[in-house]
Amino acid sequence: MKDVREALMVGRNTEGKLVRRPLSPHLQVYKPQLSSATSIFHRGTGVALGAGTLLLTAWLVSAAAGDAAFSIVQALLASWIGLLVLMGFTLALFYHFCNGMRHLFWDSGRGFELEAMHRNGRMVIAGAVVLTVVFWFVGFLVW
Amino acid sequence: MSNENTSSVHIMRSQLGRARGLGAAKSGLHHWWTQRVTAMALLPLSLYFVLSVLMLAGADRAQMAAYIGEPWNTVLFLCLIAALFSHLSLGLQVVVEDYVRNDAKRMMTLLVLKGGIAVLALACAVSVLKLAF
Repeated sequence: MKDVREALMVGRNTEGKLVRRPLSPHLQVYKPQLSSATSIFHRGTGVALGAGTLLLTAWLVSAAAGDAAFSIVQALLASWIGLLVLMGFTLALFYHFCNGMRHLFWDSGRGFELEAMHRNGRMVIAGAVVLTVVFWFVGFLVW
Repeated sequence: MSNENTSSVHIMRSQLGRARGLGAAKSGLHHWWTQRVTAMALLPLSLYFVLSVLMLAGADRAQMAAYIGEPWNTVLFLCLIAALFSHLSLGLQVVVEDYVRNDAKRMMTLLVLKGGIAVLALACAVSVLKLAF
């Protein structure tokens, strides 16, 4: 027994014998589904947005530091690789935003029917893509 | 229990010992609830942030300082920073707790992560204040 979690994986079989329970099956066992995919994306985009806060920090700190630092950060963000990162960042942000609302809706105890879940799952993906496209369309217009 | 055949696994702990410290410690809801509260706060705040970024696209430092220096913008940016980094801290904590199995490693990762997030949040907040004042 290595740790507490391993102790928790001990159960009894139908004959009452103590057995080591199997670990729950992992991702690769299942066929990808909208419900699991949207959940995994939510976590993935959350972590990506966490990394993205480094960009926010760089933007604000460089602006506070002075013109030289700010122009470096702005040039980096406006480069093609910077824009690519920012596009990914906005897509992650809008996805996490839309799916976050879905989670808050679930927290109210509604929307658990499979049909509704599949419908609003597709709405979340469509919403994230549309918001990202609109953002960059407007962004390039005002830039 | 002692009469049964326990050939597969030996547990050297009592049932009580196994359960202790693993159940609700009367603070589990706080994490869950704070994550929801910050999520709700971030709905309008992140939209505000996105609009601000659009308005500041291509702006130089003086224009950005003037924008963030507007009292409401200063306040909203500070609200955004507070909600964003606390939400991030709670969210990443769950990810680490899910995937880092070793107790010592998990504790160290959480300490470094939460410390780092606090530093980032302070850096953002101080920068906003410096731009504003």
